[in-house]
Amino acid sequence: MTIQSLIETPSELTSSASSSKCAVVLMTRIRLARNLSGRSFPGWADADQRSEILATCREAVGALNPMKRSVNVGVTDLNELQKLILVERHLISRELSGSKSGSGLVINRDQTVSVMINEEDHLRIQVLRAGFQLKKAWNAINDFDSALEEKLDYAFSPRWGYLTACPTNLGTGMRASAMMHLPALVISGQMEKIVRAVNQLGMVVRGLFGEGSDASGSIFQISNQTTLGEPEEEIIKRLQSVLQSIIEHELNARQKLLEADPRKLFDKIGRAYGILQHSHVLSSAEAMNLLSLLRLGIDLQIFPEDSRPVIDRLFIEAQPGHVQHAVQHDLEAGERDGMRATRLRDEFARFPAPATPPPSGAKPD
Amino acid sequence: MGSPLKCDLCSKPATVHLTQIVNNKVHKVDLCEACAQAKGVTDPNGFSLADLLMKASLTNEPTATSATRCEQCGFTQAEFKKHGRFGCPHCYETFAAIVEPMLGTMHKGTTHTGKVPARAVSRKSLHDRLSALEGELDNAIKSERYEDAARYRDEIVQVKQAFAPKAEGESLRP
Ligand SMILES: [Zn+2]
Ligand SMILES: [Zn+2]
Repeated sequence: MTIQSLIETPSELTSSASSSKCAVVLMTRIRLARNLSGRSFPGWADADQRSEILATCREAVGALNPMKRSVNVGVTDLNELQKLILVERHLISRELSGSKSGSGLVINRDQTVSVMINEEDHLRIQVLRAGFQLKKAWNAINDFDSALEEKLDYAFSPRWGYLTACPTNLGTGMRASAMMHLPALVISGQMEKIVRAVNQLGMVVRGLFGEGSDASGSIFQISNQTTLGEPEEEIIKRLQSVLQSIIEHELNARQKLLEADPRKLFDKIGRAYGILQHSHVLSSAEAMNLLSLLRLGIDLQIFPEDSRPVIDRLFIEAQPGHVQHAVQHDLEAGERDGMRATRLRDEFARFPAPATPPPSGAKPD
Repeated sequence: MGSPLKCDLCSKPATVHLTQIVNNKVHKVDLCEACAQAKGVTDPNGFSLADLLMKASLTNEPTATSATRCEQCGFTQAEFKKHGRFGCPHCYETFAAIVEPMLGTMHKGTTHTGKVPARAVSRKSLHDRLSALEGELDNAIKSERYEDAARYRDEIVQVKQAFAPKAEGESLRP
């Protein structure tokens, strides 16, 4: 399929809503770093070697069952906007999108599996699932990797595991992560404490759309730091329990906010709704923050549950590349903020009004 | 108040401060805005603190005069210090003496206990089998056991055939 039709196709992230059972986790991703034996890593290989590796990998990956309907292209076949859209959908890295010739990507139709070729390693395989689905994501990527290994000779050492360009990925080559929506921890100023505690457990926290504890949209990515010395299942189990405890902290923080001053919280959410309905200039960062508050409103049952997919989709579609794509021509940053506001006004004209909360404050499940 | 912290990479004033605890050891990295940008600290996909730490420890180390060069890809220790990346998979053997001590601070353990790719391992055991057979063959010839030698030679041919890559995609095509 072509990149254009892939971009128009509903994806895992923009169409399947994260399950309300665990609304705190927006999505789960696992990636594996793999390399071919006997070949230089992409950063050291010369142009001929890179294009030979690219061709070998594109063919092997493209032949796998999950990739039967996929986009399978060189990075140079894409324009800047197409690459930006793929970055915003978490399908390729900025590093890959900036690389010259000799790199490529294979992405399946529903955008749950993406493989970057000749990024830092020969292969970076990623499986993405909406919601909190670490085990499912691991099973899927494990099968995919085993099938690919039938076709390619991986660089592997019994002592050090999968050999990667950077020693920080050595061993399992696995990075498992969850994207979490943590507005109450941010509002109540607890994020720094959480980051420190999570670091102590060997996991990394980073803001998705910004720096550290002030990430706009209150969206954070939590992932494992170490890749060697433990089996994959063990890393996933540890991550799972860290995530579980962050979820508990977030839900507790929401409860506390509701108990302390429900009016203040409902006011924030109501104002966010008003701005989204009536503003004419919205930066990407402000839009993320407003959408974040509405998503919190859904969790608190101020808005109906079935409006959640709209917000999750807009988290992606309010980003610069997507806004630009929607109007089909180049925009200055200022114009883009205008377009974004227009787009959101339109979406929120159809969005249900907030329910008047009970005086004691709604309780999250 | 002491003097403001300097960037670990370029020594301009640092504005981005990161802390990470790996294996109960606290690691701190201070960066200026430009280096934080350049190192992808702001890129959710591309940033690795361990990576920064590794580079910081590499630049602090007295420059060893070792002229070790990877026989497979020509990579040198100096290049590893500069990029923090290796040239090819074989570099891990070549530079084992530098890698080994780093792994303990970077990871949970220093040996792999996870997934093992069936094919790479069978290739390795075939490789071991081949060298063993070649040794036997040499011995047999030296001690003039020609029947044994012929048998080893046949076996070597068989092992080498097993090495040849499988026909493409037989099992995965619909
Ligand atoms: Zn600097
Ligand atoms: Zn090498």
